[in-house]
Amino acid sequence: MSGTIFLQNLFNGLTLGGLYALIAIGYTMVYGILRLINFAHGDVLMIGAYLAFYGVTLMSMPWYISVVVAILGSAGLGFLIDRVAYKPLRESPRISALITAIGMSFFLESFAVVVFGGIPKSFLSITPRFLKKVVVVFGARIQVLTFFALATTVALLALLLWIVYKTKIGMAMRAIATDIPTTALMGANIDNIIGFTFALGSALAGAGGIIWAMRYPQINPYMGFMPGLKAFIAAVFGGIGSIQGAMLGGFILGMMEIMIVGFFPQLAGYRDVFAFVILILILMFKPTGIMGKKLTVKV
Amino acid sequence: MSREELMLEVEDLHVYYGAIHALKGISLKVPKGAIITLIGANGAGKTTTLTTIAGLVKARSGRIKFMGEDITNKPPHTVTQMGIAMVPEGRRIFPNLTVYENLMMGAYTRKDREGIQEDLEWVFQLFPRLKERLTQLGGTLSGGEQQMLAISRALMSRPKLLMMDEPSLGLAPLLVMEVFDVIKKINGEGTTILLVEQNAMGALKTAHYGYVLETGKIVLEGPTDELLQNEEVKKAYLGVA
Repeated sequence: MSGTIFLQNLFNGLTLGGLYALIAIGYTMVYGILRLINFAHGDVLMIGAYLAFYGVTLMSMPWYISVVVAILGSAGLGFLIDRVAYKPLRESPRISALITAIGMSFFLESFAVVVFGGIPKSFLSITPRFLKKVVVVFGARIQVLTFFALATTVALLALLLWIVYKTKIGMAMRAIATDIPTTALMGANIDNIIGFTFALGSALAGAGGIIWAMRYPQINPYMGFMPGLKAFIAAVFGGIGSIQGAMLGGFILGMMEIMIVGFFPQLAGYRDVFAFVILILILMFKPTGIMGKKLTVKV
Repeated sequence: MSREELMLEVEDLHVYYGAIHALKGISLKVPKGAIITLIGANGAGKTTTLTTIAGLVKARSGRIKFMGEDITNKPPHTVTQMGIAMVPEGRRIFPNLTVYENLMMGAYTRKDREGIQEDLEWVFQLFPRLKERLTQLGGTLSGGEQQMLAISRALMSRPKLLMMDEPSLGLAPLLVMEVFDVIKKINGEGTTILLVEQNAMGALKTAHYGYVLETGKIVLEGPTDELLQNEEVKKAYLGVA
């Protein structure tokens, strides 16, 4: 592999990894609090992309406004999913919520097929022209979109860390992740904090979905499935429940995917397999992931 | 005691865990400014009484009134906002939050920055050790320090009523004495206290009035100096014949 192609792959790996990281955070935050794998999370990504698409095509909004509205819409959807599907099951066995999550995922996909139609739509008209330009960096030809995606992702991740570690609601999110009843005793409204967590994770997923659609400019009702699964693997890889772990897991997974195909082009057809091989290896040898802590049973 | 002076009134409280009848008609009164204690053996229903008042456990029947208002089965955050704070059993410090953040969680419902600062200073006066540990994670504190933090955290909401569940449990004898002293000090500043203890001697010497619980029922009540002289209490709880 030549230096320029390596550089290209490096940027592609970082961008893909950043997207996995964005999406993985939603899984890990919800799991950290409710011990629930929100399987509908990948579909929020899809809805986010459609919202941005219709904002421009139907409502004729400028792309940047449509994107912001779509991200807010994704946040609202995440909040709504929790209120409608998971909140009534808080006291139920965990398996009930898990099955509901799978049902919610099917519902969102079917809903999208009915409302948006099953035929893929081109996202090219949404992506602003300047992002499609190609610049040459040290001989490597890289789309401006790649830098834009990477910069946006990093900015969003930084914003998330700021919210979680520097704000009052972030402090409450970290508190309920270890002890729900005691957080309630502090006077914090648990349902609002959980709802906020869903909204925050979903906003990131919506943003991820839009960037995803700009990079792979075709959207369809099932587009959230594979990125959702991969991001879930990234979250497990990094240590589910840990936000930094999800970020790290996302970047490592994205980079590995791109680099393995880069170094061994004959394996390109197996691209989606790597992530699952990693999942199996992690579950076999280090189920707590890179940064995850063993859950200690409180006596 | 007249009605206006009552801070908390519990009437005929029944609580079930599934089929288990945990509280079988508890009634008690907490006058304003007093230290009231509930003593009893393991499983008598002391903790359940507190967690039901706090709203963490739902009552099947009965009534809980706080400052004249019915708070039965209100959610815990509402109860806290009304002015009841709790030091839970086993301290329940947030291990992944710093000591400072733990204290700020205690002040979660408040917006008065100056008042919060004042209360921080007061808490540091009570427990100077906490000030040195502010940036440390709660989980790294020793058991005694965690108990100090749990009490301080509860005080940070500036409660009218402070409920404490076994604050002396698992502490070294010297610290146990310190905790009971602190309880008196907090009460001296005007906070009403409902204290649950297995350490009956310490609790009865600290409180003004006591209730004795046995398997979900109150079997005895009275001013603490009388309870200390009571033969049954002596035999069953104080270990003196």
